[in-house]
Amino acid sequence: MVVWINGEARELAEGACVLDALGALGLPRIGVAVAVEGEVVPKVRWAGTELVDGARVEVLTAVQGG
Amino acid sequence: MTVTEEVGPDTQLDALVLAGRPISSRLIMGTGGAANLEILERALIASGTALTTVAMRRVDATTGTGVLDLLRRLEIEVLPNTAGCRTAAEAVLTAQLAREALETHLVKLEVVADERTLLPDPIELLDAAEQLVDDGFTVLPYTNDDPVLARRLEQVGCAAVMPLGAPIGTGLGIRNPHNIAMIVEQAGVPVVLDAGIGTASEAAHAMELGCDAVLLATAVTRAGDPELMARAMRLAVEAGRAARGAGRIPRRYWAQASSPDVDV
Repeated sequence: MVVWINGEARELAEGACVLDALGALGLPRIGVAVAVEGEVVPKVRWAGTELVDGARVEVLTAVQGG
Repeated sequence: MTVTEEVGPDTQLDALVLAGRPISSRLIMGTGGAANLEILERALIASGTALTTVAMRRVDATTGTGVLDLLRRLEIEVLPNTAGCRTAAEAVLTAQLAREALETHLVKLEVVADERTLLPDPIELLDAAEQLVDDGFTVLPYTNDDPVLARRLEQVGCAAVMPLGAPIGTGLGIRNPHNIAMIVEQAGVPVVLDAGIGTASEAAHAMELGCDAVLLATAVTRAGDPELMARAMRLAVEAGRAARGAGRIPRRYWAQASSPDVDV
């Protein structure tokens, strides 16, 4: 299936969860936060939140700014 | 005899208090604009800041966690902002993601109207502030120098109001000191002068007008010598705070001799 992560199309296995997506893309798990379809998914639910084909996932972290 | 730089009031007695929590410095720093982390580190140390902003952006495999590691090492509290957000909905989601990523309830709320001015959009700002207060955030809104909007932000439960002196990054100082004075006069929460500061005298000016703190980034990070400017800003904030507390003399039209009359 295809999942849109930070605006880019990514191929993931059927039934992949948020945690799988972060791991597959080599994204850090500390100091980041995830939203799926515009809703925050708390860390404790990353393993239990399955992604569906076409899902829009945002992964944010802190950078220099302000 | 040793000369000490610590001319300001005792920091424990004169701490800035945000939502019941003391913050040991009245200079809040931003991290944007620094050429590299080494320069940023020296500037942050010289500024004496205890609270510093970061922005939230999409991560990729190459994004480092350098700025967070730096703030943690310097024991500076992190203040995530919602820079880049144009609507209340975007700002609320960004704040929620920041809370999740950084484990803080503090947010510097920014909802700007357009790239050219980076001025706050008051309608979206107030909407976002209300939603975030209801969601349990300690909301510190970047706002226009508008006393009415500042009052509305306080009424919906913001923990401070942060009016601009001039648009972000302009270094134009405080364009409407009378508005800032009016905001200070009526505010029941701390007033933080946010944006527009270009040099130390302008930071002192903000404090002399009665602001409780100053938030700045560009003036330091893009200065010729960021570390030296950071030190200047720290001293200016302390000097302005002391001058405000001391009570300045009234302005007079004509001269008034400061020496005794010649003929006594």
